Amino acid sequence: MSSTISLKTEFVKGIWKENPVMASLLGLCPALAVTNAAMNGLAMGLATTFVLLSSSLMISALRNFIPHQVRIAGYIVIIATFVTVADRFLAAYLPVISASLGPYIPLIVVNCLILGRQEAFSSRNGIGRSLLDSLGMGLGFILVLVVLGIIREILGSGSIFGVAILGDWFTPWMIMILPPGAFLTLGILIALANWYNDTSRSKDGGVVS
Amino acid sequence: MSLFLLFFSAAIVNNFVLSYFLGICPFVGVSKRVSSAVSMGMAVTFVMLITAVVTWLIYHLLLVPFEVEILEYVSFILVIASLVQLVEMFIRKVSKPLYDTLGIYLPLITTNCAILGLALFSVLRDYSFIESVVFGLGAGVGFTLALVIMAGIREELELAPVPKYFQGAGITMIVAGGLALAFMGFAGMI
Repeated sequence: MSSTISLKTEFVKGIWKENPVMASLLGLCPALAVTNAAMNGLAMGLATTFVLLSSSLMISALRNFIPHQVRIAGYIVIIATFVTVADRFLAAYLPVISASLGPYIPLIVVNCLILGRQEAFSSRNGIGRSLLDSLGMGLGFILVLVVLGIIREILGSGSIFGVAILGDWFTPWMIMILPPGAFLTLGILIALANWYNDTSRSKDGGVVS
Repeated sequence: MSLFLLFFSAAIVNNFVLSYFLGICPFVGVSKRVSSAVSMGMAVTFVMLITAVVTWLIYHLLLVPFEVEILEYVSFILVIASLVQLVEMFIRKVSKPLYDTLGIYLPLITTNCAILGLALFSVLRDYSFIESVVFGLGAGVGFTLALVIMAGIREELELAPVPKYFQGAGITMIVAGGLALAFMGFAGMI
Protein backbone atom coordinates (compact mmCIF):
# COMPACT_ATOMS: atom_id res chain seq x y z
CA MET A 1 0.00 0.00 0.00
CA SER A 2 2.53 2.55 1.14
CA SER A 3 5.27 1.36 -1.20
CA THR A 4 3.57 3.20 -4.05
CA ILE A 5 4.35 6.48 -2.31
CA SER A 6 7.88 7.70 -2.94
CA LEU A 7 10.23 8.18 -0.02
CA LYS A 8 10.56 11.85 -0.84
CA THR A 9 6.81 12.39 -0.55
CA GLU A 10 6.85 10.58 2.78
CA PHE A 11 9.41 13.07 4.04
CA VAL A 12 8.06 16.27 2.47
CA LYS A 13 4.38 15.90 3.34
CA GLY A 14 4.88 16.78 7.01
CA ILE A 15 6.52 20.10 6.25
CA TRP A 16 3.62 21.79 4.52
CA LYS A 17 0.75 19.69 3.13
CA GLU A 18 0.10 17.64 6.27
CA ASN A 19 1.86 20.01 8.65
CA PRO A 20 1.01 18.77 12.15
CA VAL A 21 0.07 22.18 13.55
CA MET A 22 -1.32 24.12 10.59
CA ALA A 23 -3.15 21.32 8.78
CA SER A 24 -4.05 18.76 11.45
CA LEU A 25 -4.12 21.04 14.54
CA LEU A 26 -2.01 18.58 16.52
CA GLY A 27 0.40 19.63 19.22
CA LEU A 28 -1.27 22.98 19.76
CA CYS A 29 -0.49 23.15 23.47
CA PRO A 30 3.31 23.46 23.08
CA ALA A 31 2.95 25.48 19.87
CA LEU A 32 1.04 28.14 21.80
CA ALA A 33 2.63 27.86 25.22
CA VAL A 34 6.37 28.11 24.60
CA THR A 35 6.57 30.38 21.55
CA ASN A 36 6.92 33.68 23.44
CA ALA A 37 10.57 33.64 22.26
CA ALA A 38 12.09 32.08 19.15
CA MET A 39 14.73 30.20 21.15
CA ASN A 40 12.11 28.48 23.31
CA GLY A 41 10.19 27.46 20.20
CA LEU A 42 13.33 26.01 18.64
CA ALA A 43 14.26 24.08 21.80
CA MET A 44 10.75 22.70 22.16
CA GLY A 45 10.67 21.74 18.48
CA LEU A 46 14.02 19.94 18.72
CA ALA A 47 13.03 18.11 21.91
CA THR A 48 9.74 16.99 20.35
CA THR A 49 11.48 15.88 17.16
CA PHE A 50 13.98 13.87 19.19
CA VAL A 51 11.18 12.09 21.05
CA LEU A 52 9.24 11.56 17.82
CA LEU A 53 12.25 10.08 15.99
CA SER A 54 13.33 7.77 18.81
CA SER A 55 9.79 6.54 19.50
CA SER A 56 9.18 5.92 15.79
CA LEU A 57 12.43 3.97 15.54
CA MET A 58 11.51 1.85 18.57
CA ILE A 59 7.87 1.31 17.66
CA SER A 60 8.40 0.54 13.98
CA ALA A 61 11.09 -1.95 15.00
CA LEU A 62 8.78 -3.59 17.56
CA ARG A 63 5.59 -3.29 15.52
CA ASN A 64 5.22 -7.06 15.03
CA PHE A 65 5.80 -7.81 18.73
CA ILE A 66 3.46 -5.34 20.44
CA PRO A 67 0.05 -7.02 20.99
CA HIS A 68 -2.71 -5.09 19.26
CA GLN A 69 -4.94 -4.73 22.37
CA VAL A 70 -2.33 -3.00 24.54
CA ARG A 71 -0.56 -1.07 21.79
CA ILE A 72 -1.58 2.40 22.99
CA ALA A 73 -0.33 1.73 26.52
CA GLY A 74 2.88 0.35 25.02
CA TYR A 75 3.40 3.42 22.83
CA ILE A 76 2.81 5.73 25.78
CA VAL A 77 5.41 3.96 27.92
CA ILE A 78 7.98 4.16 25.11
CA ILE A 79 7.21 7.84 24.49
CA ALA A 80 7.32 8.70 28.20
CA THR A 81 10.72 7.00 28.50
CA PHE A 82 12.24 9.11 25.73
CA VAL A 83 10.63 12.25 27.16
CA THR A 84 12.36 11.51 30.47
CA VAL A 85 15.65 11.22 28.57
CA ALA A 86 15.08 14.57 26.80
CA ASP A 87 14.01 16.25 30.03
CA ARG A 88 17.06 15.06 32.01
CA PHE A 89 19.36 16.00 29.11
CA LEU A 90 18.00 19.56 28.93
CA ALA A 91 18.11 19.95 32.71
CA ALA A 92 21.76 18.85 32.76
CA TYR A 93 23.18 20.70 29.75
CA LEU A 94 20.80 23.61 29.06
CA PRO A 95 19.41 24.50 32.50
CA VAL A 96 18.23 27.98 31.43
CA ILE A 97 16.08 26.68 28.58
CA SER A 98 14.89 23.78 30.72
CA ALA A 99 13.71 26.24 33.38
CA SER A 100 11.89 28.50 30.93
CA LEU A 101 10.09 25.56 29.29
CA GLY A 102 9.16 24.16 32.70
CA PRO A 103 6.42 21.52 32.72
CA TYR A 104 5.95 21.77 28.96
CA ILE A 105 8.88 19.39 28.41
CA PRO A 106 7.24 16.51 30.33
CA LEU A 107 3.98 17.40 28.60
CA ILE A 108 5.54 16.19 25.31
CA VAL A 109 4.28 12.79 26.55
CA VAL A 110 0.69 13.79 25.75
CA ASN A 111 1.50 15.67 22.54
CA CYS A 112 -1.12 14.20 20.19
CA LEU A 113 1.31 14.66 17.30
CA ILE A 114 3.64 11.94 18.61
CA LEU A 115 1.02 9.36 19.56
CA GLY A 116 -0.84 10.14 16.34
CA ARG A 117 2.19 9.40 14.13
CA GLN A 118 2.87 6.13 15.98
CA GLU A 119 -0.72 4.93 15.61
CA ALA A 120 -1.15 6.15 12.02
CA PHE A 121 2.28 5.47 10.59
CA SER A 122 5.10 3.80 12.55
CA SER A 123 2.97 0.84 13.64
CA ARG A 124 2.32 -0.02 9.98
CA ASN A 125 5.55 0.86 8.19
CA GLY A 126 9.18 -0.18 8.24
CA ILE A 127 11.95 1.59 10.15
CA GLY A 128 13.29 3.65 7.24
CA ARG A 129 9.94 5.00 6.14
CA SER A 130 8.86 5.72 9.73
CA LEU A 131 12.03 7.68 10.39
CA LEU A 132 11.56 9.75 7.22
CA ASP A 133 7.94 10.42 8.11
CA SER A 134 8.89 11.46 11.66
CA LEU A 135 11.71 13.66 10.42
CA GLY A 136 9.34 15.48 8.05
CA MET A 137 6.68 15.91 10.72
CA GLY A 138 9.29 17.04 13.23
CA LEU A 139 10.72 19.61 10.80
CA GLY A 140 7.20 20.87 10.05
CA PHE A 141 6.59 21.23 13.79
CA ILE A 142 9.92 23.06 14.36
CA LEU A 143 9.13 25.36 11.43
CA VAL A 144 5.77 26.45 12.86
CA LEU A 145 7.16 26.88 16.38
CA VAL A 146 10.11 28.97 15.22
CA VAL A 147 7.97 31.14 12.93
CA LEU A 148 5.46 31.72 15.75
CA GLY A 149 8.32 32.40 18.15
CA ILE A 150 10.01 34.89 15.79
CA ILE A 151 6.79 36.84 15.12
CA ARG A 152 5.89 36.99 18.80
CA GLU A 153 9.41 37.87 19.92
CA ILE A 154 9.85 40.69 17.37
CA LEU A 155 6.51 42.27 18.19
CA GLY A 156 6.55 41.51 21.90
CA SER A 157 10.16 42.20 22.84
CA GLY A 158 11.72 43.76 19.73
CA SER A 159 14.34 41.03 19.39
CA ILE A 160 15.11 37.77 17.58
CA PHE A 161 16.71 34.84 19.43
CA GLY A 162 17.43 37.25 22.28
CA VAL A 163 19.28 39.78 20.07
CA ALA A 164 17.62 43.20 20.06
CA ILE A 165 17.04 44.27 16.47
CA LEU A 166 14.49 47.03 16.82
CA GLY A 167 15.80 50.22 18.38
CA ASP A 168 14.47 52.30 21.24
CA TRP A 169 11.78 53.86 19.05
CA PHE A 170 9.83 50.62 19.14
CA THR A 171 7.37 50.16 21.98
CA PRO A 172 7.03 46.38 22.50
CA TRP A 173 3.51 45.00 22.22
CA MET A 174 3.41 43.27 25.59
CA ILE A 175 0.32 41.38 24.53
CA MET A 176 2.29 39.32 22.00
CA ILE A 177 4.37 37.52 24.60
CA LEU A 178 1.31 36.97 26.80
CA PRO A 179 -1.24 34.17 26.20
CA PRO A 180 -3.69 36.18 24.01
CA GLY A 181 -0.88 36.98 21.55
CA ALA A 182 -0.29 33.27 21.01
CA PHE A 183 -3.91 32.61 20.06
CA LEU A 184 -4.15 35.66 17.80
CA THR A 185 -0.87 34.97 15.98
CA LEU A 186 -1.73 31.32 15.33
CA GLY A 187 -5.24 32.27 14.16
CA ILE A 188 -3.84 34.73 11.64
CA LEU A 189 -1.15 32.26 10.49
CA ILE A 190 -3.80 29.58 9.88
CA ALA A 191 -5.86 32.05 7.85
CA LEU A 192 -2.77 33.02 5.82
CA ALA A 193 -2.00 29.35 5.15
CA ASN A 194 -5.61 28.82 3.97
CA TRP A 195 -5.32 31.85 1.71
CA TYR A 196 -1.97 30.68 0.30
CA ASN A 197 -3.24 27.15 -0.36
CA ASP A 198 -6.34 28.51 -2.00
CA THR A 199 -4.58 30.92 -4.36
CA SER A 200 -1.82 28.46 -5.33
CA ARG A 201 -4.50 25.84 -6.02
CA SER A 202 -6.45 28.11 -8.36
CA LYS A 203 -3.21 28.93 -10.21
CA ASP A 204 -2.73 25.19 -10.80
CA GLY A 205 -6.00 25.20 -12.69
CA GLY A 206 -8.31 24.29 -9.86
CA VAL A 207 -6.69 20.95 -9.04
CA VAL A 208 -7.71 20.00 -5.53
CA SER A 209 -4.95 18.05 -3.85
CA MET B 1 -2.15 30.47 50.27
CA SER B 2 -5.63 29.81 51.52
CA LEU B 3 -7.58 27.01 49.89
CA PHE B 4 -10.18 29.35 48.47
CA LEU B 5 -7.54 31.50 46.78
CA LEU B 6 -5.95 28.35 45.38
CA PHE B 7 -9.29 27.27 43.94
CA PHE B 8 -10.03 30.71 42.52
CA SER B 9 -6.56 31.02 41.01
CA ALA B 10 -6.76 27.63 39.29
CA ALA B 11 -10.29 28.22 37.99
CA ILE B 12 -10.17 31.85 36.85
CA VAL B 13 -6.91 33.75 37.12
CA ASN B 14 -4.55 31.05 35.87
CA ASN B 15 -7.17 29.26 33.81
CA PHE B 16 -5.68 26.02 32.47
CA VAL B 17 -6.91 26.56 28.94
CA LEU B 18 -6.56 30.29 28.49
CA SER B 19 -3.33 30.99 30.30
CA TYR B 20 -1.46 27.65 30.46
CA PHE B 21 -2.66 26.34 27.06
CA LEU B 22 -3.46 22.95 28.55
CA GLY B 23 -6.31 20.98 27.00
CA ILE B 24 -6.38 22.95 23.77
CA CYS B 25 -7.29 19.87 21.68
CA PRO B 26 -10.73 19.31 23.30
CA PHE B 27 -11.11 23.09 23.58
CA VAL B 28 -10.98 23.31 19.78
CA GLY B 29 -12.55 19.92 19.05
CA VAL B 30 -15.48 19.59 21.47
CA SER B 31 -16.64 23.20 21.69
CA LYS B 32 -19.28 23.29 18.97
CA ARG B 33 -22.33 22.67 21.19
CA VAL B 34 -22.93 23.95 24.73
CA SER B 35 -24.49 20.63 25.80
CA SER B 36 -21.50 18.52 24.75
CA ALA B 37 -19.14 21.11 26.23
CA VAL B 38 -20.85 20.74 29.62
CA SER B 39 -20.58 16.94 29.46
CA MET B 40 -16.94 17.06 28.44
CA GLY B 41 -16.21 19.56 31.20
CA MET B 42 -17.88 17.32 33.79
CA ALA B 43 -15.94 14.27 32.60
CA VAL B 44 -12.64 16.18 32.75
CA THR B 45 -13.37 17.63 36.21
CA PHE B 46 -14.21 14.15 37.50
CA VAL B 47 -11.03 12.58 36.11
CA MET B 48 -8.97 15.55 37.36
CA LEU B 49 -10.20 15.05 40.92
CA ILE B 50 -9.33 11.34 40.90
CA THR B 51 -6.00 12.03 39.19
CA ALA B 52 -5.09 14.64 41.79
CA VAL B 53 -5.73 12.12 44.59
CA VAL B 54 -4.03 9.12 43.00
CA THR B 55 -0.95 10.85 41.58
CA TRP B 56 -0.31 12.61 44.89
CA LEU B 57 -0.43 9.27 46.71
CA ILE B 58 1.81 7.60 44.13
CA TYR B 59 4.38 10.38 44.16
CA HIS B 60 4.60 10.78 47.93
CA LEU B 61 4.09 7.18 49.05
CA LEU B 62 5.90 5.30 46.28
CA LEU B 63 8.24 7.41 44.17
CA VAL B 64 9.78 9.54 46.94
CA PRO B 65 10.38 6.76 49.54
CA PHE B 66 12.00 4.51 46.91
CA GLU B 67 13.93 7.44 45.38
CA VAL B 68 12.71 6.78 41.85
CA GLU B 69 11.35 10.24 41.01
CA ILE B 70 12.85 9.73 37.55
CA LEU B 71 9.90 7.44 36.82
CA GLU B 72 7.47 10.31 37.46
CA TYR B 73 6.36 10.80 33.85
CA VAL B 74 6.11 7.12 32.96
CA SER B 75 4.14 6.21 36.07
CA PHE B 76 1.84 9.25 35.94
CA ILE B 77 0.78 8.73 32.35
CA LEU B 78 0.25 4.99 32.87
CA VAL B 79 -1.84 5.67 35.97
CA ILE B 80 -3.91 8.29 34.14
CA ALA B 81 -4.49 5.99 31.16
CA SER B 82 -5.63 3.11 33.34
CA LEU B 83 -7.68 5.40 35.60
CA VAL B 84 -9.63 6.69 32.63
CA GLN B 85 -10.25 3.12 31.52
CA LEU B 86 -11.43 2.15 35.02
CA VAL B 87 -13.69 5.18 35.34
CA GLU B 88 -15.23 4.35 32.00
CA MET B 89 -15.95 0.75 33.02
CA PHE B 90 -17.29 1.85 36.41
CA ILE B 91 -19.67 4.44 34.97
CA ARG B 92 -20.95 2.00 32.35
CA LYS B 93 -21.74 -0.53 35.10
CA VAL B 94 -23.30 1.90 37.58
CA SER B 95 -25.20 4.48 35.59
CA LYS B 96 -26.29 4.01 32.00
CA PRO B 97 -27.57 7.59 31.49
CA LEU B 98 -24.34 9.07 32.82
CA TYR B 99 -22.36 6.77 30.54
CA ASP B 100 -24.39 7.91 27.54
CA THR B 101 -23.57 11.54 28.38
CA LEU B 102 -19.88 11.18 29.24
CA GLY B 103 -18.96 7.90 27.59
CA ILE B 104 -17.66 9.06 24.24
CA TYR B 105 -15.49 11.76 25.82
CA LEU B 106 -13.72 9.57 28.35
CA PRO B 107 -11.21 7.89 26.00
CA LEU B 108 -10.20 11.33 24.69
CA ILE B 109 -9.25 12.44 28.17
CA THR B 110 -6.13 10.24 28.36
CA THR B 111 -4.32 12.44 25.87
CA ASN B 112 -5.71 15.65 27.35
CA CYS B 113 -2.62 17.53 28.49
CA ALA B 114 -4.62 19.27 31.21
CA ILE B 115 -4.75 16.02 33.23
CA LEU B 116 -1.02 15.27 33.13
CA GLY B 117 -0.35 19.00 33.52
CA LEU B 118 -2.36 19.01 36.73
CA ALA B 119 -0.33 16.14 38.18
CA LEU B 120 2.96 17.78 37.16
CA PHE B 121 2.04 21.19 38.56
CA SER B 122 1.04 19.63 41.90
CA VAL B 123 4.46 18.01 42.22
CA LEU B 124 6.31 21.09 40.97
CA ARG B 125 4.60 23.40 43.46
CA ASP B 126 4.87 20.92 46.30
CA TYR B 127 1.18 20.96 47.21
CA SER B 128 -0.10 19.11 50.26
CA PHE B 129 -2.76 16.44 49.77
CA ILE B 130 -5.70 18.78 50.44
CA GLU B 131 -4.18 21.50 48.27
CA SER B 132 -3.76 19.07 45.35
CA VAL B 133 -7.41 18.06 45.55
CA VAL B 134 -8.61 21.68 45.67
CA PHE B 135 -6.25 22.54 42.83
CA GLY B 136 -7.67 19.65 40.78
CA LEU B 137 -11.23 20.77 41.41
CA GLY B 138 -10.43 24.38 40.53
CA ALA B 139 -8.63 23.37 37.34
CA GLY B 140 -11.60 21.23 36.31
CA VAL B 141 -14.10 24.01 36.96
CA GLY B 142 -11.90 26.45 35.03
CA PHE B 143 -11.64 24.05 32.11
CA THR B 144 -15.43 23.58 32.05
CA LEU B 145 -15.96 27.33 32.21
CA ALA B 146 -13.64 28.07 29.28
CA LEU B 147 -15.12 25.23 27.21
CA VAL B 148 -18.73 26.29 27.82
CA ILE B 149 -18.07 29.98 27.06
CA MET B 150 -16.27 28.98 23.86
CA ALA B 151 -19.13 26.67 22.82
CA GLY B 152 -21.66 29.44 23.43
CA ILE B 153 -19.70 31.83 21.24
CA ARG B 154 -19.25 29.24 18.50
CA GLU B 155 -22.98 28.51 18.40
CA GLU B 156 -23.49 32.21 17.66
CA LEU B 157 -20.62 32.27 15.18
CA GLU B 158 -22.41 29.80 12.91
CA LEU B 159 -24.76 32.63 11.98
CA ALA B 160 -22.03 35.24 11.63
CA PRO B 161 -20.32 36.18 8.34
CA VAL B 162 -16.82 34.91 9.14
CA PRO B 163 -14.21 35.84 6.47
CA LYS B 164 -13.59 32.86 4.20
CA TYR B 165 -10.03 32.06 5.19
CA PHE B 166 -10.73 32.38 8.91
CA GLN B 167 -13.50 29.80 8.90
CA GLY B 168 -12.89 26.79 11.16
CA ALA B 169 -9.70 26.77 13.19
CA GLY B 170 -8.67 30.35 12.38
CA ILE B 171 -11.65 32.08 13.94
CA THR B 172 -11.59 29.69 16.91
CA MET B 173 -8.05 30.85 17.68
CA ILE B 174 -9.00 34.52 17.34
CA VAL B 175 -11.99 34.06 19.67
CA ALA B 176 -9.78 32.20 22.14
CA GLY B 177 -7.38 35.16 21.99
CA GLY B 178 -10.21 37.49 22.90
CA LEU B 179 -11.26 35.24 25.78
CA ALA B 180 -7.68 35.02 27.05
CA LEU B 181 -7.53 38.81 26.94
CA ALA B 182 -10.74 39.04 28.97
CA PHE B 183 -9.49 36.52 31.53
CA MET B 184 -6.29 38.54 31.93
CA GLY B 185 -8.49 41.15 33.56
CA PHE B 186 -8.69 38.89 36.60
CA ALA B 187 -4.91 38.88 36.97
CA GLY B 188 -4.81 41.69 39.51
CA MET B 189 -7.20 39.90 41.86
CA ILE B 190 -4.61 37.65 43.46
